[in-house]
Amino acid sequence: MSIVQAPIVQARGLVRSYGLTPALRGVTLDVTEGEILAVTGPSGCGKSTLLHCLAGIMRPDAGEVIYRGERIDNTSEKARAVLRRTDFGVLFQFGQLVMDLTAAENVALPLLLNGAGRREARTAALAWLERVGVAEVADSRPGEMSGGQQQRCALARALVTEPRVLFADEPTGALDTLTGEQVLAQLVRVAHEHRTTVVLVTHEPRVAGYADRELAMRDGTFDEAGAGIAVPHGRHGR
Amino acid sequence: MSAPFVLLGLLATGAKHGYDLKHAYDAALPRAKPLGFGQVYATLGRLERDGLVTPVAHDRDQGPDRTTYALTEAGQTALDGWLDAVEPSAPHAAGALVAKVAVALLAAEPERASGYLAAQRAAHQERLRELTRTKLDPEAALGDVIAADYLIAHLDADLSWLQTTLDRVANLRREVHP
Repeated sequence: MSIVQAPIVQARGLVRSYGLTPALRGVTLDVTEGEILAVTGPSGCGKSTLLHCLAGIMRPDAGEVIYRGERIDNTSEKARAVLRRTDFGVLFQFGQLVMDLTAAENVALPLLLNGAGRREARTAALAWLERVGVAEVADSRPGEMSGGQQQRCALARALVTEPRVLFADEPTGALDTLTGEQVLAQLVRVAHEHRTTVVLVTHEPRVAGYADRELAMRDGTFDEAGAGIAVPHGRHGR
Repeated sequence: MSAPFVLLGLLATGAKHGYDLKHAYDAALPRAKPLGFGQVYATLGRLERDGLVTPVAHDRDQGPDRTTYALTEAGQTALDGWLDAVEPSAPHAAGALVAKVAVALLAAEPERASGYLAAQRAAHQERLRELTRTKLDPEAALGDVIAADYLIAHLDADLSWLQTTLDRVANLRREVHP
């Protein structure tokens, strides 16, 4: 089955430098709604910068970022912050949980910031902790949790607002293989259940194996040879 | 050749006849080279000759005679010895992949080698995705998951090597054509 879908996120000729060091040299890509896309490449190839630009965390120096047909790179920081709270979820390698809050409070935080009531936010947080398999740590603080539990908690927090797009930057980079695998399996399962689009940045081939499609970056652009490795997604008939 | 020891291992869980052994072998090693019925019976014959298994029953259940085999004490010792022996790592870097890249670099332009490496990487990545899907299937049997893990780990190593080699070829090109 092949259904042509409009891209949910697009990049057009993105350029971004850090001082004199170019990180992105004209990156163009389309992310299809519902797909899990892996962006791979060695350290320093620009993949994290690309993710930050796509997620509206960072502005490109030139080029356009388009979300559901509208440019977001030229909108205000406030507008992009709203987008990140409502439509986007972000998952990093580590260090994203508030250490003074319990798992449930961490997961409830984005909902509270969006104006939800405390009880409603806690109920949703508990449901998400259950969904990612760590209901037992709901009242524990990050310091009392294992690395895998913390990362699942961060995954629940990234998904609690039911974002349309999840941006994940080396989400299992700090975990051992088996724990990382469990987190990725949860991520893939939940993304498919909720039809969440995922942009996954990784330098590990085995992590990219969880994606429907892969794009390889090198020196701030898609690897010319690597571009050929993009395979049509459609594992799930989308 | 591990097949005789795998059969000994399967018999360690209880006496079986050839037909059951063949199916137990396929279930334990779902992604191994399949073992034919002929091979199972021939191997059992050799194991019996060497005193490692022994026939314990003959029955005929609406078909040909079937012999049930059990592990002997010598068979258990042989199995333990095999399980305890450390497997050496591959002694030579002589796979087709290494050979092809070496020849491409010697006999062709770096672009040719680079193109080959990229195409090989694409094929490996696709296989890796396919194996990952196998693992994500909630119905996957443990044997399937273990076999997929093994293949994924080797593909991962190959992919790292391919990436490093692509980088080396790119550096080489920069040195030759600065």
